[in-house]
Amino acid sequence: MNNGVLKPGDYFLRGNYACVEGALLAGCRFFAGYPITPSNEISAMMARRMPQVGGSFIQFEDEIASIVGVIGAANGGVKSMTATSGPGFSLMQEAIGLAFMIETPIVIVDVQRGGPSTGLPTQVGQGDFIQTNFGSHGDYETVVYLPNSPQEMFDMTIEAFNTAWRYRVPVIVLADQMIGQMIEKVSVPPYDEIEIVEYEKPDVPPEEFLPFDFRYEVPPFVAAGDGYRIHLTGLAHDERGYPTTNHEIYSKMLLRKLRKIWDNEDRIMEWEEQLTEDANLIVVSYGITSRSVYKAVRDAREKGMKVGIYRLKTAWPFPYKRLREMANEGKDILVVEVNMGQAYRVAKQYVPHDSIYCMPWAPGKVPTPEAILKKIEEVYRA
Amino acid sequence: MSEAKLIRPSIDEIKSLLRVERLPHIWCPSCGIGIVAKAYVEALLRSGIPPEKHVLVSGIGCSSRMPGYIKIDGYHVIHGRAIPFAVGLKTVRPELEVTVFAGDGDLSTIGGNHLIHAIRRNDDINVIMINNFTYGMTGGQYGGTTPEGSRTLTSPYGHIEGTFNVPLLVASIGAPYVARWTVLHYRQIVDTIVEMFNIDGFAFLEVISPCIIYTDMNRRDAISLMRMFREQSDIDHKADLRNIGINRLNEETRFVVGKFVHRPSESYQTKYRRLVEKVMKGG
Repeated sequence: MNNGVLKPGDYFLRGNYACVEGALLAGCRFFAGYPITPSNEISAMMARRMPQVGGSFIQFEDEIASIVGVIGAANGGVKSMTATSGPGFSLMQEAIGLAFMIETPIVIVDVQRGGPSTGLPTQVGQGDFIQTNFGSHGDYETVVYLPNSPQEMFDMTIEAFNTAWRYRVPVIVLADQMIGQMIEKVSVPPYDEIEIVEYEKPDVPPEEFLPFDFRYEVPPFVAAGDGYRIHLTGLAHDERGYPTTNHEIYSKMLLRKLRKIWDNEDRIMEWEEQLTEDANLIVVSYGITSRSVYKAVRDAREKGMKVGIYRLKTAWPFPYKRLREMANEGKDILVVEVNMGQAYRVAKQYVPHDSIYCMPWAPGKVPTPEAILKKIEEVYRA
Repeated sequence: MSEAKLIRPSIDEIKSLLRVERLPHIWCPSCGIGIVAKAYVEALLRSGIPPEKHVLVSGIGCSSRMPGYIKIDGYHVIHGRAIPFAVGLKTVRPELEVTVFAGDGDLSTIGGNHLIHAIRRNDDINVIMINNFTYGMTGGQYGGTTPEGSRTLTSPYGHIEGTFNVPLLVASIGAPYVARWTVLHYRQIVDTIVEMFNIDGFAFLEVISPCIIYTDMNRRDAISLMRMFREQSDIDHKADLRNIGINRLNEETRFVVGKFVHRPSESYQTKYRRLVEKVMKGG
């Protein structure tokens, strides 16, 4: 049965293409985007692949239209995504708040380049880490995945769709120029081993249906045309979806929306740990930077330094619990990333001592294993 | 679709499509938006398309509050972005009749870029733009349609910018359906909206409804506003659109209204579905 999606097996794929194939396998049938480096391979491949699988592609006039188009398509009940890089991601912020507010599941892929502003369009950066959860106004939550290989571009894009549709929230795959454009082996597992989350229509008749029913942690999703005649608004609203300025109702509504993520953080947050057991120093990293850290930590071990690896696989929710545990055991922490200390600033809140270090690094280059090793030697206490 | 049956829907039929529990609405006494809301409902009833298959999308502003009162699927999104939302939805659910209902500020000012590109692509949506010549909800600032000379909150010494002639703009990009009425022309608005439902492409209607509070039409009442429209409107379906801009709002203003453009069209969505069929067959 060839319905146009990639067959199980091993492939040699660019990260951005792996992302496209993961999305199609997850059931994504609408893509909208606007050209921006270094995410262009995603829209170009989507333009080619969408008609092959019976889906739709639109290149909109800007990134605002792209994300809003994606929110519109998702409200048609169709899994939808967009892809961009820093400047385009900045333009999308207001709409991310809308998706959170009306609980529309969408996936955004941000292939980071160097910032701020136009920055370094063709070179690597990791400066959007904070923005992915704080870029829009008001209190909201996103879930953010941090792939460090084309394989994870594939896996995490599928996971992003599942999380988006399970919790009805905007989910971001936060890649970077190198992960997006590098070519590596990508294994597509047998289809029955891939979990795909679909939406189920509510079991109540339309006249009893409340789109933001307080009785649910995640109220059932209803698409336009499903016959429920719903009204959704970005205004503060009650269970019926109608605008309200009642503080009590809105407090309850906003908290319920936030708690979808807060109460499920243990299920959502992901990380990778290596050599942490006996380590005195834990190196925290994510995305392309973690690839340098693997080597640097191996070299440090060879030199007799007890160093471990803590790789973030989700940025938000931030995998703070295990980090706090290790810090409480007296382990020192070094955060390495291609920015001036964004994950460092977050990690610092969970470290009860002063031995947490940052390695400020301007975008454009990934710190080499040698540079990281030098920093490890500088901060390491036997 | 001009075999206009003159059987008016009953009050009960109209009410069945209203979220009565949300009334009273937010519009000021003498505001014209409600007239267009009712015209939309009447057109919907006449369309033959079940209410479940109609969708309203709006942005931000007085006019954009309209979908909140209509009992069909409605999406009240962010300022200026109703069109891309509608386009995304229509593209994946072509069987739905998607209508954008918003104001001049939302559609032609902050959302101007989406307006022109949706026309260029020829997206299969209906756009009803209420032109009240101002930003009413925020207290009466000037916008892209505010006539020169107007004293507004942000042009206290008189507005010195130019003014969009929106039907000309829309027609010049190639929209297959362009009409303009004032809120006096209720029957024509209903007929026009029914026709818009049948256009495979971008169908545009401007409804002139000066803000009763914040424009130079203020200190008037609905009756004198309607009298003005009766005395100062010219129905001219063949009007030269270059000459229909509303650059002043006073006793001298002529409101040229009519169905200016109505031509065969094939939308982006129809073309795209054909492309998909071809590609899926291996073409």
